[in-house]
Formats: sequence, C-alpha cells, structure tokens
Amino acid sequence: MSTDHTLTAIGLRKRYGDVQALDGFDLTVAAGTIHGLLGPNGAGKSTAVKALATLIDYDEGEASVAGFDVRRQAVQVRRRIGLVGQHAAVDEILGGRQNLVMFGRLYGLSTAAARTRADELLATFDLTGAAERPVSTYSGGMRRRLDIAAGLILTPAVLFLDEPTAGLDPRARNEVWESVREIAGRGTTVLLTTQYLDEADQLASRISVLNHGRVVASDTPAALKRQVGGDRVTVTLPLRQPLDEPAKRLSEAVGAPAVIDAEAHSVTFEVGAGVTALAEIVRALDTLGITPEDLVLRRPTLDEVFLTLTEKEVAR
Amino acid sequence: MSTLRAGWVITQRDLAHWVRQPWAPIFGLLFTVMLLLIFGFLFGGAISVPGGGDYIEFLLPGMLALSMMFGVETTATAMAADARRGITDRFRSLPIGSASVSLGRVGADMVNSAAELLVLIVGGLLIGWRITGGPASAALAVLLLLLLRFAVLWIGIFVGLSFRGEGATMAVQVLVWPIGFLSTAIVSAETMPGWLGAVASWNPLSATASATRQLFGNPTGITDGPLADGAVWLALGWPVLLIAVFLPLSARAYRKLRA
Repeated sequence: MSTDHTLTAIGLRKRYGDVQALDGFDLTVAAGTIHGLLGPNGAGKSTAVKALATLIDYDEGEASVAGFDVRRQAVQVRRRIGLVGQHAAVDEILGGRQNLVMFGRLYGLSTAAARTRADELLATFDLTGAAERPVSTYSGGMRRRLDIAAGLILTPAVLFLDEPTAGLDPRARNEVWESVREIAGRGTTVLLTTQYLDEADQLASRISVLNHGRVVASDTPAALKRQVGGDRVTVTLPLRQPLDEPAKRLSEAVGAPAVIDAEAHSVTFEVGAGVTALAEIVRALDTLGITPEDLVLRRPTLDEVFLTLTEKEVAR
Repeated sequence: MSTLRAGWVITQRDLAHWVRQPWAPIFGLLFTVMLLLIFGFLFGGAISVPGGGDYIEFLLPGMLALSMMFGVETTATAMAADARRGITDRFRSLPIGSASVSLGRVGADMVNSAAELLVLIVGGLLIGWRITGGPASAALAVLLLLLLRFAVLWIGIFVGLSFRGEGATMAVQVLVWPIGFLSTAIVSAETMPGWLGAVASWNPLSATASATRQLFGNPTGITDGPLADGAVWLALGWPVLLIAVFLPLSARAYRKLRA
C-alpha cells in the first residue's frame, strides 16, 4: 500500500447481529494531517476507530496503519498508535502522574523513563499542578487532556480520538482543540471522530462524512461546502422600498435568480464567488440610490453539507 | 514487553488503589471479621458440632474458605467496571500480551486474599481458635484456601468480561450468599435435612472447608460420607475442575471482546 498514506481502509465490513455497522468503509488519511470522521450517532464512527485501532476484528476488507496490516500485524500497529476512546479511560483513583507512569511502563518503558515521559506530558498538557491528585477530582477538560496524554506516550504515528470533546464545556473544548493542533503540529496523524460539525471544521484538513457505515463524501471542509452550492448574499431593504424592481436589477447584476422573502423584506442570491457578487450588489444598489437595511454574505455551513449528504443517502 | 511484566504493572495499579483508598479493602476485611463474630458468638452458642468439638474451632476454617469464595465478587466487579469504563479497551490497544490484563487481576486479587487470610487467621487465634495439625499440614491448608481463591478468580474474570452490565455483578453479589451458606462452611451438613446435606457436601466450598479443618486439626463435624476421607482430594479436585472450565472460558471471553 501507498506509503504517503499513514492510514488506509478498503471496503471494511463489520456486522453486529442485524446491524451492519461498517458497510464498505473506505478511508485514506495522509501522514501528519488531522482527518475528521463526521457522522450522526450510530453511523459507525466508533466501530471504524475500534477496527483500525485493532480492538475489534472486521468481517471483510483490508486496513493498514503506519505501514502495518491491522489484522496480521496488530502488535506492530499497537506500538505506533494511541487510542483515546469515548470515555476518559484513565484510572480515577490514581493520580494523573501515576496513570501516565503506568501506561508508560505498559508501553515498555523502564520505570525511570516512564516517569520522565510522564512529567514531560504533564507539563505539555498543563497538568503538573494536579499531577498527584486523584483523577476523580479533575474537571472534565483536565480528565480529557490526561486521557489524550496517555495516548501520546510513545509519540504515536497515528492518534485516534473518538469524540474527544463529547460532554465538555466550550472552554474545555477549546483546550482540547489546542492540544490536538499541537499534536498534529509535531507530525502525528490524527483521526478524529465527532458529531460536531464545527469541531471538524475547526480542526480537520479533510473530512469524511460517514453514514450507515459507509463514507458518503470525503474532501476538504471548503470543498464539501461547495458541494451544496455557492455562497449566499442576502440584501434586506427598507420596508418602504418595494422589492420587485430592485430584485430584478440586482439579479441582472450578479447573474443569479433572486429568491424573495417578502416577510423579511429581503432578496437572496446564490452565487459562485461571494465577494465578487457582493461588490456587484453594492454598485447596483448605489446606482439605484438604495441604502440597504442589511447586507449579508454567508457561506454554506457544514451543517447544510451534512444534512444534504445524509438526506441523499436516506433517499437512495 | 513480556506478558508477565505487563501483568505485574497492572497488578501494581490495584495495589496503588489500596494506598489511595485504604477504606475499601479495610471494610471488606471488617465485613468478614463481623461475619466471624456474628456466627462465632451470636449464633455459635446455639450451634453444636456433630462428632463433638468447639464451634469456634469448627467455624474458623469455614470462614476462611467462605472469604476465599466471596472473593469472586471482588474479581467480577473490578473486571466489569474496567470493561465498562473503557480501561480494558485502552489496555487492549497497548502492545502487551493478551493474557496481561487477566494476569494483572489475578496478581492483585491473590495478594488481597492472602492479606485477608492472614488477618482472619490472626483474628481467629485471638478469639481462641487453635491450630493443632502441625506446620506442614497448616501450610497445606493455607495453600488449599488460596487454590480455591485462584479457582473462583477465573469465574469472576469470566463473568466480569462476559456480562459487563452492573446487573451481572449484582447477580454475583446476591448468588454468593446462598452458595456460601449452602455448604459446610458455617454448619455441618449432618445437621441439615438429608437431601440438603447432600447438596451442601458436594459444594466445592465444603470440600475446602472440611479439608482445612482436618489439616488445621480442628473438629470437622463429619462422621461419615465422601468428605470424611477424601476432603483434601476434593479440595484439590474441585478447584482444578473449576480452573479447567473457567480459565479457557475467560480466555475465550477476552478474545470475544474483538468480535
């Protein structure tokens, strides 16, 4: 398999009773990038991560991680990955440092080396002050950071993060995002599953949208947004101003049909390049002598991408 | 990294729990001591030992065996909790041998139970229990007790890995009571109705209780039947049979986590 891809999955299938959790799952992730795996609950995100991280066996397909076959070379794969599952899988009774030393020794480090590494990671994740306290006293964000630190002991080639910010408050979320960016900055490939579109948008350079166990779209966030159409420019006019005539003139100016919202007293145009269209509209309004109440340029959100893609899937 | 070394690291994690939260094992011990006092002094006056002998002398080896069997609960609960919290999955994502997780549990629970035995033996000696069977026999008795603990450990690992819900550990916690009492640990089978006595005599717990009574030189409460002559052999055979069944089942349950 290709070497510039740290992670490859071809046609993975996994069945649990009546549920086809993975149904021909394909994925390629380039080395050193953050790849977002986005999908609703039950789409198969966790199953995909568990299969790639050697935790569960798949029924069909091929997968390789860090150059090793996931099924046949599971031990080599495990030496090169870090897994941070959905629940913060750290020991609650032990302190943060004790946790990291334990995981370090399980990765094969000597006790002394495990201690050194634990201290480094505690410093990196801003947990030195809480190192000796039992993890049960940590906040949700601190626990998550410790959880992520435990996945980074050997500086893995690939870090799997399964919904790393589920249940965190916005501040803790930001802290986790910051950590994830730093990790990727040091060359670790990150596969991140999330239900939050803004999280994928914020972090991932590429996003694969997963639905019913299959990747239904895989591209950069910007390209995915383009898939649901161009930018939207909405002009809201003063109430005393009739809509029809300006709508027609603006439509000619931007070369796109006007969608009139009488209630909001606004006209919306779906355009290819938002900024160019915006300039045209401003010029046309000027010519018409109209001062708009509001003028908004909006790019389609990933929510719209997501809904469009998963609805298409349902319709099939 | 060797499976044994990884197992030892996981054992140390549990030992560190005791240092962090000493009250959990201390309450476990106090509970067994309380049972010993309730049966020894509260009920003991009304219980006579068939074939004669002091009830405390009869009871103590039974309580030792009972506490080993109750250990199944500790094992199942800890195993299920780790699986539920994702800790087992994290261990499984590490480059360690697949037996390490179970070995870690075995190490921690055996150390725990050995400490428990020691406290109960010292406590028993303080309330008048006497060992009259000689040091070699007494040592064998302790080994048989630990063998029973080792055997039920695998039942606990199997249950904890197979049924991760809190319901399963609750079921184990409830079931150990009738299984524990339907034995000769606390009263002699010969004081029970015939059929019930027969069931109690065939309880693996009864074999260990009777064998340790013989080896410690305590009254056995047995005048006839399979436990009169063959208790030591049964106390070896039962645990070996349990291990032969539940160790492979545990290994299978661990592999099935991958399914």
